[in-house]
Amino acid sequence: MLDAAGVGGIDALFDEIPAQLKQVRLERVPEALNEMQVTRLLQERAAQDGRWSSFIGAGAYEHYIPAAVWQLVTRGEFYSAYTPYQAEASQGTLQLLYEYQSMIAGLTGLDAANASLYDGASALAEAILMAVRLHKSSRRILLPANLHPHYAAVARALTSSQGVELIELSYDSRRGTITPDALPLDGAAALVIAQPNAFGGLEDVHALTDRAHAHGVLVIAVVNPVSLGLLNAPGEWGTQGADIAVGEGQPLGVPLSGGGPYFGFMTCKAAHIRQMPGRIAGRTVDLDGTPGFTLTLQAREQHIRRSKATSNICTNQGLAVTAATIHMALLGPAGLQRVAQTCHANLLALLERLQPLGVRPRFSASCFHEVVIDVGAPAPAVLAAMRAQGVLGGFDLGQWSPELSSSLLVCVTETKTMADLDHYAQALAAALSGRSSQERAS
Amino acid sequence: MNRLIFERSRTGRVSAQLAPAGAVVDDIPPALLRAAPPPLPEAAELDVVRHYTRLSQKNFSIDTQFYPLGSCTMKYNPRAANALAMLPEFLAHHPLAPEATGQGLLACLHELQEILCEVSGMAGVSLAPMAGAQGEFAGVAMIRAWHRSRGDHARSEIIVPDAAHGTNPATATMCGYAVREVPTDRSGNVDLDRLRAAVGPQTAGLMLTNPSTLGVFEQRILDIRDIVHGAGGLLYYDGANLNAIVGKVKPGAMGFDVIHMNLHKTFSTPHGGGGPGAGPVGVAERLLPFLPIPMVACEAGSDGRGTYRWLTEADRPQSIGRLSAFMGNVGVLLRAYVYARMLGRKGMARVAEFATLNANYLMVELARAGFDLAYPARRASHEFIVTLKRLKDETGVSAMDFAKRLLDKGVHAPTTYFPLLVPECLLIEPTETESKETLDAFVAAMKAVLEEARTQPDLVKSAPHTMPVRRLDDVRAARELDVVWKKSTRT
Amino acid sequence: MKIARDLKYAQTHEWARAEADGSVVVGITDHAQELLGDLVYVELPQVGKVYAKGQECGVVESVKAASDIYAPVAGEVIAVNDELGASPEKINEDAYAAWIFRLRPSAPDELNALMDAAAYEGMVSAEPG
Repeated sequence: MLDAAGVGGIDALFDEIPAQLKQVRLERVPEALNEMQVTRLLQERAAQDGRWSSFIGAGAYEHYIPAAVWQLVTRGEFYSAYTPYQAEASQGTLQLLYEYQSMIAGLTGLDAANASLYDGASALAEAILMAVRLHKSSRRILLPANLHPHYAAVARALTSSQGVELIELSYDSRRGTITPDALPLDGAAALVIAQPNAFGGLEDVHALTDRAHAHGVLVIAVVNPVSLGLLNAPGEWGTQGADIAVGEGQPLGVPLSGGGPYFGFMTCKAAHIRQMPGRIAGRTVDLDGTPGFTLTLQAREQHIRRSKATSNICTNQGLAVTAATIHMALLGPAGLQRVAQTCHANLLALLERLQPLGVRPRFSASCFHEVVIDVGAPAPAVLAAMRAQGVLGGFDLGQWSPELSSSLLVCVTETKTMADLDHYAQALAAALSGRSSQERAS
Repeated sequence: MNRLIFERSRTGRVSAQLAPAGAVVDDIPPALLRAAPPPLPEAAELDVVRHYTRLSQKNFSIDTQFYPLGSCTMKYNPRAANALAMLPEFLAHHPLAPEATGQGLLACLHELQEILCEVSGMAGVSLAPMAGAQGEFAGVAMIRAWHRSRGDHARSEIIVPDAAHGTNPATATMCGYAVREVPTDRSGNVDLDRLRAAVGPQTAGLMLTNPSTLGVFEQRILDIRDIVHGAGGLLYYDGANLNAIVGKVKPGAMGFDVIHMNLHKTFSTPHGGGGPGAGPVGVAERLLPFLPIPMVACEAGSDGRGTYRWLTEADRPQSIGRLSAFMGNVGVLLRAYVYARMLGRKGMARVAEFATLNANYLMVELARAGFDLAYPARRASHEFIVTLKRLKDETGVSAMDFAKRLLDKGVHAPTTYFPLLVPECLLIEPTETESKETLDAFVAAMKAVLEEARTQPDLVKSAPHTMPVRRLDDVRAARELDVVWKKSTRT
Repeated sequence: MKIARDLKYAQTHEWARAEADGSVVVGITDHAQELLGDLVYVELPQVGKVYAKGQECGVVESVKAASDIYAPVAGEVIAVNDELGASPEKINEDAYAAWIFRLRPSAPDELNALMDAAAYEGMVSAEPG
């Protein structure tokens, strides 16, 4: 091949590169392992991390994923395919994306969907930029303080250079929810409503949506897709429905996997579709009139519109969306409803078990599958004691706010049995009594 | 077209229920409850498995076809990387679980950071960006943060060569910069005189892909560095083509201040029909404080073993912030880590060597077969451009037609109409994982289509003929938007 | 490529026509629609908005390209061709009949500074390939 390429050796292939740049040492790259060796290494590391009975949610949720989902996702024809720019050779991916868009639009009760964004938080940032483009005359966005703080941080990081003003709305300290009265709606472009909010609580979405619309303010819904098996779709909020819905798609068949890859979904009213960022699959016909699928509205995207694109995004989270589509198809309407109902019922069952310990919800609003409990002691110590018994007892809210330093955010999904809940209650009881005996001793 | 999963739906048919029935919800205000069940399909597990298996069979993929897609680095995705990233403990690990329960996972990520630092020649790396375009965003945001930290608020422009990927100008806009394009000269290098005229106190930085999207190495990179740095700007390396030089040249040595790396290209993580990717960013010393969070730190414990933890806002107050709710695309990072460990130090350098050899071999063979090269006097990097302008003038067959006919030959089409500078172009990147036999078969397919274009142009113009659908009506797709199935639109 | 004799032309491929009532009607040229291909969307300017000469005021979009429309002269938009919302292909069919918007010019003399048909033809034929 070197002869055919007309060079005497490999080095000659790099003869256009200045010689002084080619002095490369790679000392910090370890020597090669073969597949058997690397398998051993990773298995040891995985075993080191172990398995836990986890009650942590806070934006990423443990759900059962049917075996068929990832067996199909990792078929080479999905796994190793490229972005479907050559539509005729990508009808599988394209039809799947169209089905995904249809499912997620139906779930959120809105008209149009894109083929996904990176994750829930970056999807919110994109929705904020989209709302600013739609509104045209305001760049002010109202963000509730009970939104996941990482979502607010991502929104800030991704929108700050474009002159977007993020105004924080405080929440009612008793209910943990946003009060529809006295919102600073005048002159705002959009109101962000998280349902459930980061404390797991349910907002009065109808009143909030109607107030916003009465002031010409767009509504961006941030929702948990599994909760929509039970709760109102954003398209049903108030009299007109939310304008844009986004959220973390992970609960739909994507494993926790240390934080990613997940996917962000985005749906909107039909009138707003041209301002929606990201890839969109559409149905059309071929030369013979046979129905088929292709990427559409590409002129909004960076590879055509360059500096005037709606976003620089040029990916969707393909495999994660493939998983979500198959997951939703396997669950169906009844399955998703049951998962949502069982999550909620399990949360109530846990709270019942905590009552005798004197541990109660911190806020009074109803919850979906996650709740803030006050343990009356520093959360880190309580969590450490529970961990010693194999239970990850929740998320330490002191990390978000000093005034919540004795509060845990606890999530219960359909994966937990009554025995798991008993174990949780025992572990918490032991953690609290161990603590009080320590206090007595000292 | 296969029927949609919705059209296979039968009322009451179920597969996975996964949770017991009968949980009554009476403590949530009824106004907040969904009135009707979500409109998802109702299907048995076999229906679903068969449906999506059949859909998969309508795709081209690396596992089934040669994919010489320029600028996309469609190399083989080793199966071990997938299997090990999907070990049950890793999949079950919650991102906010205590770090003590994730030391094994964090060790892998920390070592990947180190490996990426080494191959890029940068002082520090953050794994946070979830895709190349997000890496670009992080890079330009860091450039902005650096200028501002020095009280320099006058820099309002990012310079981008006209051959750049569309993400470069789109990213600059997202970061609040105006975009100034500089042209490419006839040999495929950035026009230095025009660059000199373009820089000034308004220049925040230059975004450059090297080797460029024209498939050639930017020979005067050190002059470019001096011009941009001389004007007070920073140099951004778009790692789209890192596969061409990985292990051979470090972007840090070329004078770049910021780099993003597409792990789904150079580090062989799957493209997955459009994602997920990962776009870690590396920076030179002066930009370290601005790297996006979270990052993995290793602190020596009392027993001499390292303890790993995530760095957050408290550790990195000058960071440009968070790009995702959690830790970036960890599963993708694990795949890249496994790939890097299997390549090892020596294998890393072989990547660029074999990728470049394959590209140059293919370039010479295609020229011999009668194809016009866009830059015949230049060495190919890991990719090169063929222009079909002459063929189009002679036969009316366009690059698009040619690409579609290649699908009929069982080869995925090269990248067409990018870069925009070369008319009727095919950007061809074979990658290092393809054998000589595959390359020769591709040359034969290209020759066959060339012959058909001359003898039966209509056959090529109406291609493809063997795919599940014929050429699709993109205009109708955009004019009569149908992006969501509704019962009423059933055909 | 068709070039209408009686119109004025901007370098950015808009045509402009002075009406008897003093307003100026604007569209894109036949050459522009040829370059873009089948149009799929037209983003119309906002009625009532005032644009400077050369300011972006709308977008024409095909499946492979999107191009800004620039105001050939300064003025306030007093009408837009709503028909293009549902039927952008009207521009492909006859670019000079399918007007896009109507301006009330703030400096009517600016129209004289635009190219005439011969000058525009000269400019287009000098374009590469």
